[in-house]
Amino acid sequence: MSSPTSTPGRKRGRDGNPATPSSEGPTSPPSQRRRGQDSSNGDLMPMPTSPATDMLSPAAPQDTSLFSSPRASVLPNEVDMSSPLMYGTPSSRVEGTPRSSVRGTPARQRPDLGSVRKAPQVDLHSEPPSADGAVASEPNAGQRLVIWGTDVNVGTCKEKFQRFLQRFIDPTATEDENAGLDLNEPLYMQKLEEISVVGDPVLNVNCLQVQSFDAELYRQLICYPQEVIPTFDMAVNELFFERFPDSILEYQIQVRPYNALKTRNMRSLNPEDIDQLITISGMVIRTSQLIPEMQEAFFQCQVCAYSTRVEVDRGRIAEPAVCRHCNNTHSLALVHNRSAFSDKQMIKIQESPEDMPAGQTPHTTIVYAHNDLVDKVQPGDRINITGIYRAVPMRVSPIQSNVKSVYKTHIDAIHFRKTDEKRLHGLDEDAEQKLFTEDRVQTLKELAAKPDVYERLSSALAPSIYEHEDIKKGILLQLFGGTRKDFSQTGRGNFRAEVNILLCGDPGTSKSQLLQYVFNLVPRGQYTSGKGSSAVGLTAYVMKDPETRQLVLQTGALVLSDNGICCIDEFDKMSDSTRSVLHEVMEQQTLSIAKAGIICQLNARTAVLAAANPVESQWNPKKTTIENIQLPHTLLSRFDLIFLMLDPQDEAYDRRLAHHLVSLYYQSEEQIEEEFLDMAVLRDYIAYARTYINPRLSEEASQALIEAYVDMRKIGSGRGMVSAYPRQLESLIRLAEAHAKVRFSEKVETIDVEEAKRLHREALKQSATDPRTGFVDISILTTGMSATARKRKEEVAQALKKLIQAKGKTPAMKYQQLLDDLRGQSETAITKELFDEALRSLADEDYLTVTGKTVRLLA
Amino acid sequence: STTGESWSLTLTIIYSKTDFSNPKSGWEAKVVEFFKDRLKEKDAHTWVPSLNDVPLHYLKPNSLVKFRCLIQDMFDPEFFMGAYETVDPSTNAKVLRCGRYKDVTECGVDFNSRNTVTAERQTFYCVPIPGENPWVKEISSSSRVVPSTSYAPTRQKRSYEEDDMDDMDTQPQKQREPHSGWELVYIYFLQTHGNGDCKRQETEAPSSQTASASHLDLNFPLPGEKGPSCLVKVYEDWDSFKLNDTLEVFGILSVSPALSALADEKDASSSILDPTESMETAEEQRVHSPPASLVPRLHMLYARPLPHNNPLLPSATLEDNSAFLSSTLSEMASVRAELLTYLTHVLLGDALAAEYLILHLISNVYARRDVLPLGKFAMNLSGCPAAALYTQRFYQIIQQLVPSSFYLGMSLQNMNQMRLVPKKDYVANRLVSGALQLARNTFLFLDETHLEQGQLDTTGVRNVTALGNLISWQKVDYDFNYHQMEFPCNINVLIASEGRSLLPSDCQIHLQSQVSPPNMEEYLSNIQLHPQTSSQLNKFRIYLSVARQLDYSISDEMTKSVEDDFVDMRKDDPQSVSAEDLHRMLVVARLLSLSLGQTSLTRDSWLRAKHIDMLRRSRMEQHQCVNGNEP
Repeated sequence: MSSPTSTPGRKRGRDGNPATPSSEGPTSPPSQRRRGQDSSNGDLMPMPTSPATDMLSPAAPQDTSLFSSPRASVLPNEVDMSSPLMYGTPSSRVEGTPRSSVRGTPARQRPDLGSVRKAPQVDLHSEPPSADGAVASEPNAGQRLVIWGTDVNVGTCKEKFQRFLQRFIDPTATEDENAGLDLNEPLYMQKLEEISVVGDPVLNVNCLQVQSFDAELYRQLICYPQEVIPTFDMAVNELFFERFPDSILEYQIQVRPYNALKTRNMRSLNPEDIDQLITISGMVIRTSQLIPEMQEAFFQCQVCAYSTRVEVDRGRIAEPAVCRHCNNTHSLALVHNRSAFSDKQMIKIQESPEDMPAGQTPHTTIVYAHNDLVDKVQPGDRINITGIYRAVPMRVSPIQSNVKSVYKTHIDAIHFRKTDEKRLHGLDEDAEQKLFTEDRVQTLKELAAKPDVYERLSSALAPSIYEHEDIKKGILLQLFGGTRKDFSQTGRGNFRAEVNILLCGDPGTSKSQLLQYVFNLVPRGQYTSGKGSSAVGLTAYVMKDPETRQLVLQTGALVLSDNGICCIDEFDKMSDSTRSVLHEVMEQQTLSIAKAGIICQLNARTAVLAAANPVESQWNPKKTTIENIQLPHTLLSRFDLIFLMLDPQDEAYDRRLAHHLVSLYYQSEEQIEEEFLDMAVLRDYIAYARTYINPRLSEEASQALIEAYVDMRKIGSGRGMVSAYPRQLESLIRLAEAHAKVRFSEKVETIDVEEAKRLHREALKQSATDPRTGFVDISILTTGMSATARKRKEEVAQALKKLIQAKGKTPAMKYQQLLDDLRGQSETAITKELFDEALRSLADEDYLTVTGKTVRLLA
Repeated sequence: STTGESWSLTLTIIYSKTDFSNPKSGWEAKVVEFFKDRLKEKDAHTWVPSLNDVPLHYLKPNSLVKFRCLIQDMFDPEFFMGAYETVDPSTNAKVLRCGRYKDVTECGVDFNSRNTVTAERQTFYCVPIPGENPWVKEISSSSRVVPSTSYAPTRQKRSYEEDDMDDMDTQPQKQREPHSGWELVYIYFLQTHGNGDCKRQETEAPSSQTASASHLDLNFPLPGEKGPSCLVKVYEDWDSFKLNDTLEVFGILSVSPALSALADEKDASSSILDPTESMETAEEQRVHSPPASLVPRLHMLYARPLPHNNPLLPSATLEDNSAFLSSTLSEMASVRAELLTYLTHVLLGDALAAEYLILHLISNVYARRDVLPLGKFAMNLSGCPAAALYTQRFYQIIQQLVPSSFYLGMSLQNMNQMRLVPKKDYVANRLVSGALQLARNTFLFLDETHLEQGQLDTTGVRNVTALGNLISWQKVDYDFNYHQMEFPCNINVLIASEGRSLLPSDCQIHLQSQVSPPNMEEYLSNIQLHPQTSSQLNKFRIYLSVARQLDYSISDEMTKSVEDDFVDMRKDDPQSVSAEDLHRMLVVARLLSLSLGQTSLTRDSWLRAKHIDMLRRSRMEQHQCVNGNEP
């Protein structure tokens, strides 16, 4: 498909010209090299199937002048995979000698590279420059063959690629990425071996690796993918069948490059990219049905039954007017059954929301997938796609000769890579990989080196919210998260790395605002209100897709915020059934679904930031956290930090608050920006730390953690209470790791543990202080009741029992009467709740039973 | 138009043999510069006919027009032939032509020419500003000068080739202005007309236009809107535009019938083998290439962002127009007093509510601190009498004062059925608009007195949530099916309800009617819609728009004194004043100062703000527990 616009692109590519001949070496004239190459590889060449290719068999005379003729387009060195000549007639295919494998293996058309290429090779020396638009810039290069319009010399290119395949060893490879491969052996040779075993004739080639190996080859690949990739195909097939002559493949190996350039944003595509190899990321929004696209039309003469094949050229078939056999005119008819079709699918992709500037709508691009890439992706998938960017002029109407001056653009897909599929396997560095410029990294590192970076960042967090320093610090640590560890080998499964935080406090203490801020800050954040969400809204539900009529799983907020933060406002207003789904998510970080025949477990490695209001509209300082917010303690214990946001009510605070608010209202935008760290910097800082920093505990830090834990347990044990559980230790570790991440440190040190301890204690002090004794009592959060309250409950129950026994033999009593009696007897206040609890505990002992307003004795 | 003369400025770019393909020549920038300069001359922009007022078929194709609009949707960027060569089949002569500001190429394009330059442009789908009130339309169309392009409607029957010829061959009137290496010819028509004739023709907008448009969904945000929508082609700097921006676009009108031909002939001639054919669905075709007679194309030369759409204000920004500003500022206090009297009357004699209403009408989100929008002042007017359609009457009066507004009756049916939040339609590949896709400073009136008992369904819950988000954060989360996207907005929301509203608000004021219920009917019928002379009404309109745009500051002393006040108030009773209250009082003080034309906070204004807030709150205490929406 040659579009008129390819010209500027080609012009640009030409400045790399002089480099090519020098790498070839002046000692081997192209013509000689060609001959030698042909004879050595001759037996690997596809079987000549037409007169044109016949000339290229080793025996055929070698004449360079041939190459410049249009017929040279079928030279083996750049044989078009889609050419009918490659297919041959069925009879010619049988002729392939058994010993030669390339011959025996049919080549498969590659519509992804364009259905038709008319690209003759030109000899820059013999051809006047005006003929091809190329500038003969190398005066001493002698004869040099390049594909028309490019600077690609097929032989050189092939050789270079073979060298790459044979020699490339990835210096940066890591074990988990290339499971089962020997890292010290050439990577792609191992992959070829894999192909010979598995039999899937597709070789995915990472362009970045090509670049690191041979920048010039990479440049050619990017600029002239249409010419270079078939060359790669040839190279790899030669190599493959040389090495594994006995392999049987369905068709010849196809090279699929990916990772071209840096992964680009759809928004940055411009006319310069036309006909080049590009990689962009996006989300699939629509896929079409399968479209059979005719590649080759089969015509049969109605008179003499002579048949001929015509290649489809830019969507048009040149119907032969005269039968070559019997010379009858208009006797040829198209036979659909014998024509060759290829599969094609239209896919629409849309920019990922993360890539978009604020205030604009996402762009979409059309992608065509061919052959086996059809149906590889579904709407909703996030993918990286590598392909060739195309532009086709639009015709206003077949009748009018003027055209709409607009091109239709699309991408011919060569390679898909699902980014969320990788997330399922737990490898997310690729999806998250935000490319930071050198400068940015430098800025971030400078910032990290500052001694007060922790304070700086926490004050940059939600500057419009006043004070609450510790809460901001807690949220900051939550944003960084702990180090992800995998204990699945030992049966523990994944270890939660995310920090969960609960904010509770008076209404109007800007809890929602904090949540909104966090939601806006993190790329994968979800914001939901407990009042408006149902269990399915949080987890996932099954619905029928209106388009495909298939059952699809629609994921809810918790799954969507995988690797992000799920902000849940009005946590207390959530229904119990909804809340119950959080149990699994908040500790195991997975979500199990069993509905409508779909049983699966989804990852939900999300940090939860929740806000809850007290049950009575105002926080009651005389009650414990549990009593104030009435949340099940099983859930509460899953929060690493529980903060109270209360109105402190003292004069100095009021003054500072007032000052803060007033200045908020009249400072200009610029002043604010000077004062605080930019939100963008903060965002990058967090993204960088999350991606690249994986702190591990140092020896001292482990020691400090152990001590801290033992201390915490000791505090309680003196009073017969337990103030720490293993969960608290895990929390401490996570917080310490997060703090180390803030410092960009690969090691968790004592200072990190100190801060984790401090913050943990602060949060405990606020939320787990027993209002009756003033002591920190973790059992409030773990059992829902403080140790003193439990003791008190026991006492009341005993007192009640005594009271009933004192009444003698009365099988039934009035509830109210009993309460009044107990109140009259006791010197401390007996609340109704306390009384109920006492009754319940007696009922548990099977001593009595409560029905409505009557209490019956059982014994 | 009073001069009896009409002007038209028609710009045509003639493509000569010069080098359009050389990107360095910078001729594009020169065109735009030239054009901007011309528009600055005197009131040149009033010469340009507006798509808002003049029916499309009266406008000359390829002429310069303007359009006051809102960007409703942004389509994908498109590549086009920025320069191309045509070959004359008879002589084989090649001519280099320019593809900018045009939709269709000339005949005989040489696709293999090496001089072809591919360029990129962006398409915006623009609609007239949603909810623009009739008085705005009236005033802006009467202030313009009737263009000479007003010719008989027979004109539209001419084929487009003739039009092209017309442009190309009006040689005698051309002034050649040779520039370095390129050549532009600007044609000025200066024609004198007997005015009356044409004007009459124009104003009778043919009903056929709207009727034929009915089968095509023009995607207006608000129901019942009329007016042309337009595909605006942007050649430069499109990243600087945002969705929902309001603009005045100056550009070249293109209504080439060839564009519509595409849609019509498609079915007949579609061939499977043409790869370009299968790309778009029929819906997408309809949306992205609607008939040009219904949705004209406008090739943007220049766009002026509109900070407001009040035609009574000078078009230059307030800073640039100090004379106007100082004259209005001096009058502010007196106009305010008049307006207060008027609104008190409208609000059944409640002066406090009237004062708050003024504050509400001039409120404006002037900045955002992280997620917090500053300056918003959503008001809940509770205690509205349900009788005698009071709320509707009230809205009609406000409508006369603000440039754009929308009345949303919160009936159960409306909440369950209306589309408030825009949603992406992936089949047609467009953003289907919703009632909350509004321009900045639109007055949104939510009438809760219509709410009856019943159940909100899923849509209803989502709509109520969207309204809540709008009020609390001044943002709307557009639905992109696979994800949501947040668009900030700046909408003045007023909720009229009987009890406390179920929606959040920045301030609730309970209406204290001075009119006894039996007399209500009569009182209401006596409130006149236009009690003022139009000059007084215009004064109010200018007043509200200007007050909103003033700058504001707080001096250090005032900061100190506000702090002291706050500390004192908290000392007496910590429960009485919270940070939330201070937030609100600061907004009230700001709006109060601005309403008086003061650009910085004074002690008096602060005390007054405190005072009215206190009055309002004491009134609220009396009306607690009216319904279950109290906190």
